[in-house]
Amino acid sequence: MIATLLAQAPDWIRPHVDWHALAPELVLVVGINLVLLIDLWLEDTKKWMMASLTGFILLGAFIPVVTLAVIGDDVRSMFFDRYVVDQYALVLKALFLLIGYVIVLMSQNELEEGGYYQGEFYLMLLVSVLGMVMMASSRDLVSVFVALELLSIPAYMMAAWRKRDAKSNEAGVKYYLLGVFASGVLLYGMSYLYGTTGTTKLTEIGARLAEADAGAGLIAMQVIAVVFVIVGFSFKVSAVPFHTWAPDTYEGAPLPVTAFLSVASKAAGFVGLVSMLYLAMYAADGVYEPFIWVLAALTMTVGNVVALRQTNIVRMLAYSSISQGGFILMPLAVLATGDAAESALKAVVIYLLIYAFSNLGAFAVIMAVSRKTQSGEISSFGGLMSYAPGLGLLMTLFLASLAGIPPLGIWIAKLQAFKTLLDAGGGAAYTLAVIAAVNTVIAAAYYMKVLREMWMKPVPDGDVTPINPPQPIWAALGICAAGTIVLGILPGLVLRFADLSDLTNALGG
Amino acid sequence: MYAVNFLLLSAALFCIGVFGVIARRNAVMVLMSIELILNSVNLNLVAFALMNNDVDGHIFALFVIAVAAAEVGVGLAMVLMIYRNRRSIALDELSEMKG
Repeated sequence: MIATLLAQAPDWIRPHVDWHALAPELVLVVGINLVLLIDLWLEDTKKWMMASLTGFILLGAFIPVVTLAVIGDDVRSMFFDRYVVDQYALVLKALFLLIGYVIVLMSQNELEEGGYYQGEFYLMLLVSVLGMVMMASSRDLVSVFVALELLSIPAYMMAAWRKRDAKSNEAGVKYYLLGVFASGVLLYGMSYLYGTTGTTKLTEIGARLAEADAGAGLIAMQVIAVVFVIVGFSFKVSAVPFHTWAPDTYEGAPLPVTAFLSVASKAAGFVGLVSMLYLAMYAADGVYEPFIWVLAALTMTVGNVVALRQTNIVRMLAYSSISQGGFILMPLAVLATGDAAESALKAVVIYLLIYAFSNLGAFAVIMAVSRKTQSGEISSFGGLMSYAPGLGLLMTLFLASLAGIPPLGIWIAKLQAFKTLLDAGGGAAYTLAVIAAVNTVIAAAYYMKVLREMWMKPVPDGDVTPINPPQPIWAALGICAAGTIVLGILPGLVLRFADLSDLTNALGG
Repeated sequence: MYAVNFLLLSAALFCIGVFGVIARRNAVMVLMSIELILNSVNLNLVAFALMNNDVDGHIFALFVIAVAAAEVGVGLAMVLMIYRNRRSIALDELSEMKG
């Protein structure tokens, strides 16, 4: 049957499939089906087992990522270079799987106690992680789009997980409407990219755009395409002025989901944006550099200034994560200036890695504390050091890292981002560096506000019974604290992996 | 070649869709506007595929159709959910959180 079909297509070439390189995705796909089936037959009292199963699946998918990284630096490309597993993809896949694992640890007790739909939740989480893992390898318009939707659609549902809660509903609906609108805009841009270059492969689009740029210049449709693609991803990474969904969604969604969205979904958006910028649209620097410059400057400033006057800690972290997004965008604003391309890529990847640990850790502490205080107000952290010194110290660690205080985590990422701007040189880059420096100071102010509450203020209602977070939350806190400290002191660990010559070599085909 | 006609039609559809998303307050109307945007993309892709004499655009359009179906499935479920809780699907009434 298949042979007769194949005989009718003589020029059909069998695509190369590297099973080892695809193993993380395959483990996840098998795991997703397992979770779906086991959930059908599992009694309600045993639903807690789903969390352990999901954890094992994520760790199982982690194993091939490690073996691929150990084996070496050869680039494994499949489907005619449309799906590529290189160092850049591996380090991000490892990040997404690890984030997924920490989220499972964080959500376990929250879901059990809230009586939410546990089996379905872990199914959605796994599907979303699969989309992110695919995004890291996608080198074709179609697979970038499919990966983006695969990671977004489950996230829309997870944001609205508390079905009867008006806030959670609102969070889900806002996230859904703006997310789908953004993918519409993104697709429109992609269709123009395809139409004006005649191919969906990112590297070939890049080559055609470079030809056009060297020749008669980009035509109007190509300019529109580049702008629309960036706008589409800006919604995903909640860059100002496309950030309006983020604070409401973060506040209304269940806390583990908020942590997931603010870290993993944002990182996946950046990965997609980086693939598009570096491989497909690199030559259009006259269009995207000023555009991203404005986005980055607006994002960090608006995010920071609004975060200053928040009283709800989740909302404050939402705006803080918006402004951190601005810092991640910053190196991309100069990526084609001088020889900043490689150092910009390094800055983005390292920032995403370290930001993930610090932000997840901060959310894990908030979860542990709000189990006792039942409140999301910053004032509910009053006197935390007096009755829960362990949690207080960890929160201090994570917030200091987010503020960029050496030797904790994010300072090295911020340093790399500034270094990129200085590498690029020129008035625009220096202006952006000054804006970023001012913003670093503003950001320290609102992180310190929480620290002051914890260290100096009295306990609000005099209730000093100690907090006993469940074991999984301690485990999550441990992973995040280790990541924050180790990456801050030994950045070489990831800097080695972020030697991203694979992707930068492919620049412009 | 009449490609430019298709592109103009699709640009018009896209603009109507964007207007609908921004101006409409009924959730179902917003969903329909989003469908308009996605269909304008499909029209673009198919027109370009015919123009370039290339099959990739057709395949892309099929993927967009499939994903759009999944998206609208989720969207309608969410509209149903807010209707059950609030007896209304007006989007401007969704304003529990501010600031």
